[in-house]
Amino acid sequence: MAPPLIQARGLVKRFGDFTAVDGIDVQVRAGEAFGFLGPNGAGKSSTMRMVGCISPPSSGELRILGMDPVRDGPAIRARLGVCPQLDNLDPELTVRENLTTYARYFGIPRRVARARATELLDFVQLSERADSKVEPLSGGMKRRLTIARALVNEPDIVLLDEPTTGLDPQARHLVWERLFRLKQQGVTLVLTTHYMDEAEQLCDRLVVMDGGRIVAEGSPRALIERHSTREVVELRFAAESQEAFAGKLDGVGERVEVLPDRILVYVPDGDAAVAEVAALGLEPVNVLVRRSSLEDVFLHLTGRTLVD
Amino acid sequence: MTQLTREQARPSLPRVPALAVFEYHLIGYRRTWRAGVFSSFLLPTLAVLGFGVGVGAYIDRGVGGVSYLEWIVGGLLASTALQVAVGESTWPVFGNLQWTKIYFAQRSAPLRVNDIVAGHLAFVLFRVLTSIVAFLLVTGVLGALRSPWAVLALPVAALLTLAVAAPGFAYAAVVDTDSWLAMLSRFAVIPMTLFAGVFFPVESLPLVLRWVAYATPLWHAVDLCRAAVLGVAPQWSVAGHLCYLAVWAAAGWLLARRAFARKLVV
Ligand SMILES: Nc1ncnc2c1ncn2[C@@H]1O[C@H](COP(=O)(O)OP(=O)(O)O)[C@@H](O)[C@H]1O
Ligand SMILES: [Mg+2]
Repeated sequence: MAPPLIQARGLVKRFGDFTAVDGIDVQVRAGEAFGFLGPNGAGKSSTMRMVGCISPPSSGELRILGMDPVRDGPAIRARLGVCPQLDNLDPELTVRENLTTYARYFGIPRRVARARATELLDFVQLSERADSKVEPLSGGMKRRLTIARALVNEPDIVLLDEPTTGLDPQARHLVWERLFRLKQQGVTLVLTTHYMDEAEQLCDRLVVMDGGRIVAEGSPRALIERHSTREVVELRFAAESQEAFAGKLDGVGERVEVLPDRILVYVPDGDAAVAEVAALGLEPVNVLVRRSSLEDVFLHLTGRTLVD
Repeated sequence: MTQLTREQARPSLPRVPALAVFEYHLIGYRRTWRAGVFSSFLLPTLAVLGFGVGVGAYIDRGVGGVSYLEWIVGGLLASTALQVAVGESTWPVFGNLQWTKIYFAQRSAPLRVNDIVAGHLAFVLFRVLTSIVAFLLVTGVLGALRSPWAVLALPVAALLTLAVAAPGFAYAAVVDTDSWLAMLSRFAVIPMTLFAGVFFPVESLPLVLRWVAYATPLWHAVDLCRAAVLGVAPQWSVAGHLCYLAVWAAAGWLLARRAFARKLVV
């Protein structure tokens, strides 16, 4: 098997006394779409910055493309594409100039840079805005431009830190669709997200992160099979506290989670469980049967929800 | 694309990465240079009119045997270089770190912190030198330059730029609010301009203040520029002036590099 593009062992990042990344082991192979799923503060961006060779690890081992990020930073970064959590485009330059000036940092000749910019603007559907300034662009357009900029050097690995956070649903879908296309072209993607649907759609394999640690690893499907049931029944009761009803659900389903506004019952068969609840004489105001998701995996592993 | 053509298409790193950074700053400048050009010609014109025709009329003895206009032109050259160098090395640096985060974008490319600092510093140098060329053209045409040695004001302005812009980079990278930038102008640039021999000889100052003036990088550039414009020897040794300015530039470079690394390598 080919050596992994990214290999981390016991990777740690400390800021003063605070440990943001607490000894993680990660391997990313060529052609994979790999995800870090976790809530705010889990240490995803800190990890991405170490992988992006702009933040030296505090301890542990990290190899990117077989090289040492501290010693070979520029040589590694020459082969990475980075889309940071917050866009850092130049608002004064045009859309095209943002790409051509960035290309020059990689030693790409001006003529090639211009051709590449045209090609990439077409790919992220911004050709019509090529010569307008960046400032008035919508959040989704800026995001797509940042993704295009990350592709300007034909990178071996593309790092995307929360690629769709803050975007409206339509803009998110457009970004997902482009990332999916990259994935089909065999580009290795590493992304962070706190959206379970994003992780489920894009990632072949992911790690669930919480408090700087990895709490689970696998494909979305395997994680759900391992840490959750096939289906979930969501019950909402008309009372102030859902807690009072949780006790009465004894014997229904494999496991029950009580959230402030609803109760989740983990079951192999949702409809059967709904019938059981009715037989117990309970009358929830709202009943929803759905398939388990990574959100449920996270809830089970940490006792908390991903997005609060 | 097949793996082979991909390998072939892969860019090699830029030979001088700082040049790519310089080029980026130039492209941004391309959008705003017109507004700047007007003021770089206006300022020396007004200076010649104001000081030569206006103030000069009251100082009929001149200074040390030359007319007040001829005397002050060298000082104004140096102070123009100072203004542009400080202006270009404070607000833009602060903005690139705090507002647009441009430096962080550059950091994700195969550039080192040194390349980012050097490339931007080269652009500041470019801005100062173009302003000084405009200044020399205007004052030359208006007959305010006594000697062709005046072209030596260019290398002096370049050295002064490094001596103030490099520490300026460090300062702008260290401070956390922009009110510190206004303070720099109020408590360093303006007093320096007033007392470091631009408008009157430092010998008119009390001894203590005279030594404060000698300590500023500006005075050394003023003395050199004035000597060049008048075609005479400076008050101090040329080597002494150059060394003093070089020390400021070198110390500033080290401080700027450290301040940038603190912000960009976390
Ligand atoms: N430069 C820094 N200095 C101090 N603390 C930091 C720094 N960067 C991140 N942190 C802290 O590290 C933790 C993890 O942050 P981050 O990696 O940004 O998480 P995520 O991207 O998963 O939201 C947070 O508690 C954050 O406040
Ligand atoms: Mg983050």
